[in-house]
Amino acid sequence: MISGRTLAQGAGCECKMSPDFLKAVSLCHLSKGDYDALGLCEGKNVQLKNEFGQVVLAPKVDAGLRQGMVFIPMGPWANVLVGPDTGGCGTPQFKGIEVEVEATDASVLEIRDLFRGLRRAQT
Amino acid sequence: MIVEDAICSFCGCLCDDINVEVEEGKIKRVRHACRLGSSKILGHERIKAPMIRRGGELCMVSYQEAYDRAAEILLRAQKPLLYGWASTVCEAQKKGILLAEEVGGVLDSTATVCHGPSVIGIEEKGLPGATLGQVKNRADTIVFWGCNPAEAHPRHSLRYSSNVCGRFTPEGRAGRKIVVVDVRETRTSKNADKTVIIQPGTDYEVISALRMLVAGKGDVVPDEVGGVPKAELDGLAKTLLAARFGAVFFGLGITHSRGRYKNIDNALSLVTELNSHTKFVIMPMRGHYNVGGIGQVLAWSSGFPMSVDFTRNAPYFNPGETAACDLLAKADTDAALIIAADAASNFPRAAVEALAKIPVIQIDPYENPTTLISEVVIPSAIAGVEAEGTAYRMDGMALRMRKLVDTSYPSDEEILSHILESVHRLQRGLER
Ligand code: SF4
Repeated sequence: MISGRTLAQGAGCECKMSPDFLKAVSLCHLSKGDYDALGLCEGKNVQLKNEFGQVVLAPKVDAGLRQGMVFIPMGPWANVLVGPDTGGCGTPQFKGIEVEVEATDASVLEIRDLFRGLRRAQT
Repeated sequence: MIVEDAICSFCGCLCDDINVEVEEGKIKRVRHACRLGSSKILGHERIKAPMIRRGGELCMVSYQEAYDRAAEILLRAQKPLLYGWASTVCEAQKKGILLAEEVGGVLDSTATVCHGPSVIGIEEKGLPGATLGQVKNRADTIVFWGCNPAEAHPRHSLRYSSNVCGRFTPEGRAGRKIVVVDVRETRTSKNADKTVIIQPGTDYEVISALRMLVAGKGDVVPDEVGGVPKAELDGLAKTLLAARFGAVFFGLGITHSRGRYKNIDNALSLVTELNSHTKFVIMPMRGHYNVGGIGQVLAWSSGFPMSVDFTRNAPYFNPGETAACDLLAKADTDAALIIAADAASNFPRAAVEALAKIPVIQIDPYENPTTLISEVVIPSAIAGVEAEGTAYRMDGMALRMRKLVDTSYPSDEEILSHILESVHRLQRGLER
């Protein structure tokens, strides 16, 4: 898994509580091959999981990706899968992370829900 | 009224040709900026008033109450973290450093989740750099390594690099060789003459192979490196050597991947090697418009470019220990002031969970996930739009940002000055 900037993410990143930001960022880009192999279709989502957490995202076919690689626009959804270790240099490894991907009927969490449950979060 | 040649305060390109139409004190139209820049300059729904969390809910308070509460939190903490600083001007950053010294805290910038590894690599090796003007006017070969300016710095290619016509590059794009090295095809690679796709996490190996090829020691390079056949790498090395003026721009694809600062260190060595044959420069594609500025201001005031610990007798810098994510991971900070950045969105989840356990003060024009975990929220003017100040472009050029419209919100600098006054008042009270 790699995470990074997209145009839509950048245009929405000063406006994170809006539905547009959710749409632009809670995405999992993957190759057509992986999309088909996972049996995805309109309305289905993907669940990504690793030792750090799990997150549900909407799949999006990206012709630039090779099979076996997913790209998530940078932001709170992608960061659920990023570990805190900085390897002594202060910067976590936001790219090149192993994740398991499967199809799911679960829905994508809204931004407020993503932060609910943290101690000081609004209820 | 039209404000001509305003500077865009979104990315490190700091485009200075933006025209902004202002009617009745409001920004109506933005010309020349890209989608990222215009969405920032046009703005949207703001935080209305300062707030303090009471009984789980954020309640509106006066600015003075918010300043006093912030000062109290910072003074009570053993080791507060003052984090962010990328989307504000140098004058505010300077005040922030003063505040960090005064309350005995750690000041860190968003560079630590971005180009921090570049900052470390450059500290080790030095930067064979140039201004973007030099690249525009002279570069005939440009490499984009692990970066995607078409989406992250949309006008970079049109103003400074691949597609612009310059003094000695009159043909623009047609006269240049553009190479992209990445783990995927991107919008940027669509504009390239050559795209080299490498396996994720192999930047270090591929750079090492290129160093050998450039140095004429290709015999030690195996048949394939990072998934790229040797012949292809050899072709790339020849392209680099054929340049009369080459420029390498690199992004988070290389700083965020396995190897991190060592990748940068190695890329700098490659450019040094290239400079024994021709002229080559290298530059990090800085993301937020003034993340370069906080590095500069910190460096000239403390001697270090980021992650500076002011809790000891002298400034102390040891990323891996004093960087925001490390402090949070080890529960080594007990309060945080987050300014001009959204830590809750951009930190790994475990660091956000740690942040939610300590009191957080947020200074920002907009509500964002950091607001959801904050104890004190202080809305500010948008630096570079509603407040003037200095910012550093990605090539280290300092530019003066004008104020485009008036606002009733205080600037970051004013807010920090007020918090500092509250700190002094509380300190005097404690002494008595
Ligand atoms: S390229 Fe960067 S600085 Fe230029 S208009 Fe776009 S966001 Fe603003």
